[in-house]
Amino acid sequence: MLSSDGDVMTTAGQKTLMTADDIRRALTRVAHEVLERNRGAEGLVLAGIQTRGLPLAHRLAERIAEFERTKVPIISIDISLYRDDIRFRTPIPSGTSGVPTDVERKRVILVDDVIFTGRSIRAAIDAVLDLGRPQNVQLAVLVDRGHRELPIRPDYIGKNMPTALDEQVKVHLQETDGVDEVVILKRGGG
Amino acid sequence: MQGRSKEVESRATPAESITPPTEGSNGASVRKVWQHRHLLDLDTLSMDELELLLKTAETMQGVLQRDVKKVPTLRGRVIITLFYEASTRTRMGFEMAGKLLSADVINITVGSSSVVKGETLLDTILTLQASTADVIVIRHGDSGAPYMAARVLTHTSVVNAGDGAHAHPTQGLLDLFTVQKQLGSLTGRKIVLVGDIAYSRVARSDLWGFTRMGAQVVLCAPPTLLPWDLLNGRTECQGHPFSSVEIEPDLRKAARDADVVMALRLQQERQQAERIPSLREYARYWQVNEEVLSLAKPNALVMHPGPMNEGVEISSSVAHGAQSVVEQQVSNGLAVRMAVLYLLGAPREQ
Repeated sequence: MLSSDGDVMTTAGQKTLMTADDIRRALTRVAHEVLERNRGAEGLVLAGIQTRGLPLAHRLAERIAEFERTKVPIISIDISLYRDDIRFRTPIPSGTSGVPTDVERKRVILVDDVIFTGRSIRAAIDAVLDLGRPQNVQLAVLVDRGHRELPIRPDYIGKNMPTALDEQVKVHLQETDGVDEVVILKRGGG
Repeated sequence: MQGRSKEVESRATPAESITPPTEGSNGASVRKVWQHRHLLDLDTLSMDELELLLKTAETMQGVLQRDVKKVPTLRGRVIITLFYEASTRTRMGFEMAGKLLSADVINITVGSSSVVKGETLLDTILTLQASTADVIVIRHGDSGAPYMAARVLTHTSVVNAGDGAHAHPTQGLLDLFTVQKQLGSLTGRKIVLVGDIAYSRVARSDLWGFTRMGAQVVLCAPPTLLPWDLLNGRTECQGHPFSSVEIEPDLRKAARDADVVMALRLQQERQQAERIPSLREYARYWQVNEEVLSLAKPNALVMHPGPMNEGVEISSSVAHGAQSVVEQQVSNGLAVRMAVLYLLGAPREQ
């Protein structure tokens, strides 16, 4: 059923938490909230955290273009070089060098699929600050699953999902996985 | 020590499809592909590993284009460069690469170290490991010196920055990276290495790298300057790594339709016996000049690992001409060395 995570589908104890329609509605609401809070799209930059934050940033930009007739610039954030667990797990860098985008005095909205411990977001904030000095940095996530290890809180949340620590929340997107859905599964369930 | 992991050999898991861990999606770990503690030459690297290196270098290049060129990746690590031979670009490249990744870099030049008091290479290396170095970058005049270091060191990584006439893997990697960036791909490209191949550690590492990536390598040199130790048996033995390599001593034939023409430094300091009758005669037959370049593809790249003997293996007009990517080679070297230090810092399965 799934191309890249095909084996996951056979695991017992998997539950779908958001369908394609749920994701669509949540993103539409988040786009409205972003515009409401910032009073329009002026000076906004959407910063998608790779891999799945980036397509989400594109989708938010599409909706903002629809509502406000403004094109919001999108930047792609690769946090591989900013992680604090590099001694234990060295991520494969994205391999894209990314066009340097001006974030100077912009309102940068970080976009990610899931917020969990908050450590990825901490790394992403550092990565954004190395690009320049934004006016402020905000955070939009599709799923907040709790269990923060750092004092970090999203400004826009698609869906709050209380989870157990040993559960896995996976966001699958059309662009990266061929399907839109959010599933939850028990670790080692299969 | 240098064995490839099972996963790589079977090529079962392309990097993109590795299941991400719990949070976010930036999850695929290099450990799935990369298992080396040392970088001694390109001969032990698989195509997957070379691709990972090139991809990582691409990311590093993005960092270099920014206003703030520094990332905190290797904070708290110690890198020591130990150079027994003169070098500017390689030593400076490693020092800068380490510093831009936030590692602490210490340079040891042999002239001002205990080596002049008679300390052996072995003792020097063990001393450096005892002083908590995480990575030692070695250049040595003797082929194999970094291998000896890698054998005795129990928890420090070794990077070969050039050993004798044997290997210079980071230069080989930056040549791969430069061609890939300029031409978009390496597979099927006709790469002509011209000149002193036998004594060029760069050419030897290039030979491994380009053939592994599926390029068509042509060696063009007088027979006295061909690396016969690598080439012997390539037509008879099945599965010889260089069975696809062509030898064409006539530069005017070799250069035809080439995608890349790489001139190599005539290693006058490494040649014990007389291998060529005279510089003038050598230049007449094997100098990469405008006439030779006109035979290659219209936008063929001219490369040279430097330092150049202009007027000998390459003419000044070609060395500084529109098709020359010599300067890009230098700047790409920085991104490639950052990538190497990043991957060697990755944790390994015990």
